[in-house]
Amino acid sequence: MSRTVIVGASVGGVRTAQALRSEGYDGEIVLLERETELPYNKPPLSKALLKGTSDADSIRLLTREAAEELDLELVLGAEVTALDPALRQIQLADDTRIAYDNVVVATGADARPSPWGRCPGVHVVRTLADARRLRADLDNGGTIVVVGSGFIGAEVAATARDLGLEVHLVDPLPTPMSRGFEESVGRIFLGLHQDHGVQPHFGTGVEGIDGERGSFTVRLSDGTALSAGAVVVGIGADPNTTWLASSGLAVEDGLVCDQYLRAEGAPGVYAVGDVCRWRDATTDELIRVEHWTNAVDQALCVARTIVAPDSPRPYHAIDYVWSDQYDWKIQVVGHHEGAVADTLLGDVASGCFAVLYAGPGGSLLGAAVANWPKALITTRKAMAAGSTYDDVLAKLEPAAPRPVRDMEGA
Amino acid sequence: MAKIVADLDACQGYANCVLAADDVFDIDDDGVVVVLRTTVEERDRARVEEAARSCPVSALRVEDE
Repeated sequence: MSRTVIVGASVGGVRTAQALRSEGYDGEIVLLERETELPYNKPPLSKALLKGTSDADSIRLLTREAAEELDLELVLGAEVTALDPALRQIQLADDTRIAYDNVVVATGADARPSPWGRCPGVHVVRTLADARRLRADLDNGGTIVVVGSGFIGAEVAATARDLGLEVHLVDPLPTPMSRGFEESVGRIFLGLHQDHGVQPHFGTGVEGIDGERGSFTVRLSDGTALSAGAVVVGIGADPNTTWLASSGLAVEDGLVCDQYLRAEGAPGVYAVGDVCRWRDATTDELIRVEHWTNAVDQALCVARTIVAPDSPRPYHAIDYVWSDQYDWKIQVVGHHEGAVADTLLGDVASGCFAVLYAGPGGSLLGAAVANWPKALITTRKAMAAGSTYDDVLAKLEPAAPRPVRDMEGA
Repeated sequence: MAKIVADLDACQGYANCVLAADDVFDIDDDGVVVVLRTTVEERDRARVEEAARSCPVSALRVEDE
């Protein structure tokens, strides 16, 4: 019987296992996870779970019963230390070897640790255990400093404000979420945080963190010293590939894969999710994406290829990521890093708007949408269908919310 | 035959289901999922299950009737 081993049981790994069964795979499926927790969904860790409006049981991706129903062998606490593509085996920390016909690398990414010392009270947010530790510190109230205003940092800042803490948000870049948005759009989100009482420190870095849990001093490069009970460091994540070092596989900011998500030169080796760096079929460039929807879409693509290896379809997906901050839903469609928005539709003041990015030849490159469901669905459908920028504009313009006019003096 | 069950309170309007199966799911102007047909033929089941599993908040389920 064929055996597929999946290394990593976050969303990419779990969805690969589930999709294999939906697609009719009748071989053995072994799902290995280094954490001892039942698999869980990570997006709520900086939002609902941290806030306390959802609990660990409500964010499980898989239960023991569900694993049994799908005939998956789920092994928790399994640290995989090596992959041998020639022997088609993986090795665990206890020297156990498991032979595979297919292996799916789904080991994700680890939060970049604090470069200013790692001690209790200086947090990253990547695992359920991380979120629980941070939550315990947030329960003490007081002041926190959040370093890094990417999605994770911005979400933690919003959650902490919702919980009533004083929040300082620090980033060397001029505006929040600047990987996703240019400065003019980023300023809208900066305003959102300021309106909710966050104290922003943008354009300045961190020099060092002194003290201990409950009484830290965070020294900024502009000379400011911030006192805080806890510090959250959200400065990105690195793909978890150290266990692949001896494999001989091409590892370069992720496991390098072809357009079908197959590791090059190693039959039966695939990658999904944050750890996968694949050659995009359209641009021929190597890309890696750390978004939930990408992991789910890649899981399906790999499952289909494992079931029908002779007719693989290139992975092609349109990037999509969301972020919930305060009562705002911020959604980003398409990959428009470095681009400048062409049109802003809707009403920024009431927080219901979309910015559209035009691509080459009249195409739609992407969109950023806040709190406007129709714009989200229109732009996502348009990207999938390859509609033009003008088509999308024509659909959304008449529907765009208008600013509420001040009638005084009219 | 199987049926689709949607948790309208859980739905956050992410629209992943629509992108995966637009013959089965849509999103209304308030950002809530609309199930266009509640029963799933056996030949569509894998595709609809995969669409349901693309929901970030697990608001969709495919159940045996």
